[in-house]
Amino acid sequence: MSNFGFTLLKARRIDYDANDRSIADFIHDNEPSFRWCIECGCCSATCTSGNYIGFSLRELQILLKRGENEEVKEKIFNCMLCGKCILVCPRGVNTRNVIALAQEAFKNKKQHAV
Amino acid sequence: MKNKVIVIGGGTAGMEVAGQLAKHDCTVTLLERSAETGGHVRDWYHLFPDRKDSREVINYLENLIRHKSISLFTDTDVNDIVRENDFFVVRTSDGKELQADAIVVSTGFDLFRSERKEEYGYGIYDNVISSADLEKMFRNDEIKLQNGNIPSKIGMVHCVGSRDEKVGNVYCSKLCCVTAVKQAIEIVKRIPEAKVFCFYMDIRMGGALYEELYKEAQQDYGVNFIRGKVSEVSQDIDNKLITKVEDTLTGRPLKIGLDMLVLMAGMEMAESGQKIALSAELDTGENRFFKATDLHYGSNKSNKNGIFYAGTCTAPMNITETISHARAAVIDVIDYLNDRSN
Repeated sequence: MSNFGFTLLKARRIDYDANDRSIADFIHDNEPSFRWCIECGCCSATCTSGNYIGFSLRELQILLKRGENEEVKEKIFNCMLCGKCILVCPRGVNTRNVIALAQEAFKNKKQHAV
Repeated sequence: MKNKVIVIGGGTAGMEVAGQLAKHDCTVTLLERSAETGGHVRDWYHLFPDRKDSREVINYLENLIRHKSISLFTDTDVNDIVRENDFFVVRTSDGKELQADAIVVSTGFDLFRSERKEEYGYGIYDNVISSADLEKMFRNDEIKLQNGNIPSKIGMVHCVGSRDEKVGNVYCSKLCCVTAVKQAIEIVKRIPEAKVFCFYMDIRMGGALYEELYKEAQQDYGVNFIRGKVSEVSQDIDNKLITKVEDTLTGRPLKIGLDMLVLMAGMEMAESGQKIALSAELDTGENRFFKATDLHYGSNKSNKNGIFYAGTCTAPMNITETISHARAAVIDVIDYLNDRSN
């Protein structure tokens, strides 16, 4: 009963308790505006990369906040750092720094793993 | 001798205040900077949620201020308000010096000028219009593109000038969501084959019968709701408005060609109110609206004893709230006048 019906398919659930949210914490510590996102998707709509390949900052940042890092670790490097997302964000999130910090965190993780 | 009160601004709030004060035995001077009273309601066709003709509200207010104790001055701007001992002197743009025992400021709001969101193309593309422009089309009974054709795909952009740090307005104007839904319904009523799309960040339906109207739009009028903030609009060779938005619920960028785009303009502190705030040293808040002494029990009181606020000069409000707020201001004014004479 403690599993509450969540046991069947791992891919179909977010295990919030078990997930590692250290990357999201690292981004927030260095760029507090990371928390201001309201998921409006304006950044993704205007994104230069997103129009060619699967890159949605709105999606990636919420995955990081949920600790679903595996889905983000490669995609985050698809950003061209053009900064259009900063221009449109209604909440004033420093989106480019969020991406740069996420990339840095994943690079550090990789180094430590080796 | 009767108490004298000057009411600055002859929109919904100011008219309600003037009428109620006159009923309560005050002599009222109502100052309106434009040529006629009624404010923004005059520009609106139908009011949500019941789609009442706005002229009914105007008629109610006009009857209310038809009172022997009310003098109305239109085309009259206020230059400043000065306190002299126990009374106030209001200097107007046409050189009048009016005396009063108390002042009610009801300078209202300005509609956000949509051209400030340049990426949406208001004033640049032919068929990008504002919510206020659409109301005029309803009133004139012609929803037409600039070339005279009837639009068949129409987009409504929520939060234009609201909840947007890039234009300096972080607050929610709170009426635009329900206005979009009301207008979407009205469009489909007039053009039954039209497809209407609302682009929203959040749908805020926190008023009596708003949520019901939202469901009615889905159920009876087939209005489509797409969750994402429009990032930019361009125009193609056929005058179609190519609109870019992320469909955040599917997680993919969405491109849609529309005949007409309606920008749901938000509410801002009126420029005329800001001028009065400066000259009379009245406090304003972070969002530039007048700052009342307490949000809970002092929402009509200013930082200057004897000067009161009514209506949307303090925050975005609908008609119902504006009228209630105006009536509450009247109680505060009467209290103040009674305390003073005792």
